Amino acid sequence: MTVSRRDFLKLSGAAAAGLLLPVDLAAAAGGSRFPLHKRVGEATSVCPYCSVGCGLLLATDAQGHVTNCEGDPDNIHNRGALDPKSVSITQLSNSPRRLKSVQYRAPGSDQWEEKTWDWAMEQIARRVKTTRDATFEKKDDKGVTVNRTQAIAWLGGAANNNEDCYVAAKFARALGLVFIEHQARI
Amino acid sequence: MTNHWVDLKNSDAIFIIGANPAENHPASMLWVNRAMDDRGAKLIVVDPRFTRTAAKADIYAPLRSGTDIAFLGGLINYTLENNLHHADYVANYTNAAFLINADYKGPADLDGLFSGFNAEKKTYDRATWGYQTKTEKVTDPATGAETEKTTTLSDPTLKDPQTVFQILKRHYARYDLDTVSRITGTPVDKLKEVYAAFAATGQPGKSGTILYAMGQTQHTVGSENVRIMAMLQLLLGNIGVPGGGVNALRGESNVQGSTDLAVLYHLLPGYLAAPSAAAHPDFKAYLENKTPKTSYWSNYPKFFVSLLKAWWGEAATADNDFAFDYLPKSAGDHSWIPLFEAMYAGTIKGLFVMGQNPYVCGPNARLERKGFENLDWMVVMELFDTETSSFWQAPGVKPADVKTEVFLLPAADAVEKAGSIVTSGRLIQWRNKVAATQGESKEDIWIIDRMMKAIKAAYEGSHDAKDRPILDLNWDYGDPPEAGKVAREINGYYAATVTDDKGNLVAKKDDILSTFAKLTADGNTAAGCWIYTGYYAPADDGTGVSMPAAKRRGQKDPGGMGSYPYWGFAWPANRRIIYNRASADPDGNPWAEDKKLIWWDASADSGTKDAEGKPILGKWVGYDVPDFAPTKAPSAAGGKDPFIMRADGKGGLFGSLNEGPLPEHYEPLESPIANLLSKTQINPVVKVFNADAGKDIGDSVGTPDKYPIVCTTYRLTEHWQSGAMSRYLGWLSEAQPGMFVEISQELAAEKGIQNGGTVLVSSARGQIKATAMVTARWKPYTIDGKTVHQIGMPWHFSWRGIATGDSANDLTPHVGDGNTKIPEYKAFLVDLQKA
Repeated sequence: MTVSRRDFLKLSGAAAAGLLLPVDLAAAAGGSRFPLHKRVGEATSVCPYCSVGCGLLLATDAQGHVTNCEGDPDNIHNRGALDPKSVSITQLSNSPRRLKSVQYRAPGSDQWEEKTWDWAMEQIARRVKTTRDATFEKKDDKGVTVNRTQAIAWLGGAANNNEDCYVAAKFARALGLVFIEHQARI
Repeated sequence: MTNHWVDLKNSDAIFIIGANPAENHPASMLWVNRAMDDRGAKLIVVDPRFTRTAAKADIYAPLRSGTDIAFLGGLINYTLENNLHHADYVANYTNAAFLINADYKGPADLDGLFSGFNAEKKTYDRATWGYQTKTEKVTDPATGAETEKTTTLSDPTLKDPQTVFQILKRHYARYDLDTVSRITGTPVDKLKEVYAAFAATGQPGKSGTILYAMGQTQHTVGSENVRIMAMLQLLLGNIGVPGGGVNALRGESNVQGSTDLAVLYHLLPGYLAAPSAAAHPDFKAYLENKTPKTSYWSNYPKFFVSLLKAWWGEAATADNDFAFDYLPKSAGDHSWIPLFEAMYAGTIKGLFVMGQNPYVCGPNARLERKGFENLDWMVVMELFDTETSSFWQAPGVKPADVKTEVFLLPAADAVEKAGSIVTSGRLIQWRNKVAATQGESKEDIWIIDRMMKAIKAAYEGSHDAKDRPILDLNWDYGDPPEAGKVAREINGYYAATVTDDKGNLVAKKDDILSTFAKLTADGNTAAGCWIYTGYYAPADDGTGVSMPAAKRRGQKDPGGMGSYPYWGFAWPANRRIIYNRASADPDGNPWAEDKKLIWWDASADSGTKDAEGKPILGKWVGYDVPDFAPTKAPSAAGGKDPFIMRADGKGGLFGSLNEGPLPEHYEPLESPIANLLSKTQINPVVKVFNADAGKDIGDSVGTPDKYPIVCTTYRLTEHWQSGAMSRYLGWLSEAQPGMFVEISQELAAEKGIQNGGTVLVSSARGQIKATAMVTARWKPYTIDGKTVHQIGMPWHFSWRGIATGDSANDLTPHVGDGNTKIPEYKAFLVDLQKA
């Protein structure tokens, strides 16, 4: 039985599950010409740049980092085609310029300081509480219950997932924010 | 999009105006090419610049930026003068036959204004824009009860001078070929060529699509630009049909979803209104204001109460109006430009930024940037340290003078986290987490979850009513939080166990909802975004395998129309083309065999039985989910009304936006000429900001004597928006290394500018330096007999990353559209000189 790489992905469920694919299995699946010399996993995704929704096939190494990106031939939008931004996802994911830790810039400082997540979360909560409590409006000048603060704003993000955006909107409204905006407006 | 990407292949004419898909949505050209190759579709491109999309076109026509309504008004006039509209569609599916109030007056009568204008407030009283109605007493033959019935007056022959059709005809009669050409700069023969080619899709059985992007929306008349495209498509019978539609090519991978989920001041998820203090002082007033008697929006309370239940769970009860007062009420316009005006004025103290680079992307960027310095604190969730997070160390800024605290939180990128995004075609596709996160970076859901938990902890024990919205917030997505749990809440579930009148179990508490038709206003259902209901519910992928609908990858395509109903999930209700009742004629038959989508099958079992237990026959069948009551026959009341979200069920040729019921040409805020159609120079309802006008940094407006050249901004294939996901990458930065400005050969010769030389571009707001690209892609226009030059530039650049350069938005004005407030990035005035 000859099984193409694409069929193999479908059969194995690797496309959905992102399983690691050892080299001998890859060779068995794709035939002896399959030119792999290291462990890779392949999984589908969708491009984060424009709104066509092109499917990606991403290969990742044993550490889970992206090693290759190509078009997903099964995706109904692009049928395997990609543009220069889509194929750059390998670089987006692995860029040495990516942030790798929490950074804090103090008032008047000319540099970043590395901090922990726990420290940042507690500090942010304090800033929110201070600003919110000092500026909260329970009622407006007509006596209407408004429960808002006009002193904190939210911006972003149109490249985030639906689920990110949903919790963001819920978070912002629960705090009483009314200045809530992002890319869609502009 | 009313339609979707793959559907472009079904088109007979593809009209691209204000978009450049070959460069900005490259893969979409697959389907444009398919239509051209397989069907012989005509590609028409109208753009101020000869883009790479234009290079593929059968017909290319240039127009001066900011004159789309003149161009499209001329097309409507050409269509009506030559009787090329789809008469059957217009008569049955639009409001063309309705009679408008006898006191209505239009721009031809009032020098560019409509009746009802209040010059002081810059708003319209819309009383004269309504339909003529008749109210009669009706006696119910069964009960003898008398009720009042109001009907809209109409003239099915469309001949009455007060019909929408005749008013429309008179309004656009002023947009004759010569007048349009004088305004737009498009040669008359090119106008005729475009008009004839696209109006040909008005023939029954033919369809044409319009693709647009920010070239249409980023204007002071942006909403009217979109409206006139929709009107044109109604006249040509192109809405609801395969290969038709008004299709926005959205700029980001999930700007459709981020809009659906309402990260916007005026909306709540699912296009529900964010309450405003003025219009919605309480729950009752809110629902009365938002719930019409007819149309699908009559279900509004079900969607809204389900949202409140999703957010405040057990704390949202019928007794406390489902926690309505927990929602903050807006104080007015909190959109982008007023937000940055408030930051500039110093009234905003704290700012959260998630995946956006506002330092680069806002208009009048020099003014907007000053606002960051007035913040006490800012939280940024990002992949890179952008110009926004590092504003305090920008060139020219002394860090010691900036007191703002900045928390920069490293976020996972798109492939390092799970969740879903929506294409331009409303199609939701799920992405699994397929790569490891970098260093200590975290998924955005994790970050927001931890922030909310920390804030809840900070308020713990508070008895102040103002803190209840936080303490009572329904917030349990697991630890670590899972995207699937958030998805389940957005999708909706039963908030209580529900039984029918006989005590039979309908659903158990926490059961997932499959459709928004099951939502109720009694607090028994919870759904975070009603239009998404069903996207995370189990569904067949076409092979008998069930999975959350958005994760499906089924390849079946019934009828070969490209609907792919088993691939992902399209909101609403997995409909691929909305208003698709209009894909069939009034009797329910497809307009043409090759445009078959849904149709009425009188012999199909509707699934219901009559009193005698016999099956009732007749339902809508086909290759898409009907956007219509599935068993409502064409002969039934309302059976010919495809626009189910509108109170009258008819497509609105005559409408009601802030600046009028019909789109009228006004010049951009900054224009090289006086309006040739009337003395009303700019959109009369726009707000022009004037903070520190005339100063080095301020809301200044330029005039053509000092700034005679029209300028526009756009994007490049190799960069993305403000550059936050492209200017840090080697390949893309090598391909497009820096800022440039495209200049016509004629203008370059006039100014002594060489290709590759450095130029200075200045507007009333600022000045930038850029490399000159002298190109034949730009040509001077002849506008009302005078030569007018236009230049253009990308807006991706700023000072951080690998590819750097000056920002185009240093030049753009702080003025927004009359309805949406989108900034006018696409047409403003500059001057140009050799550096």
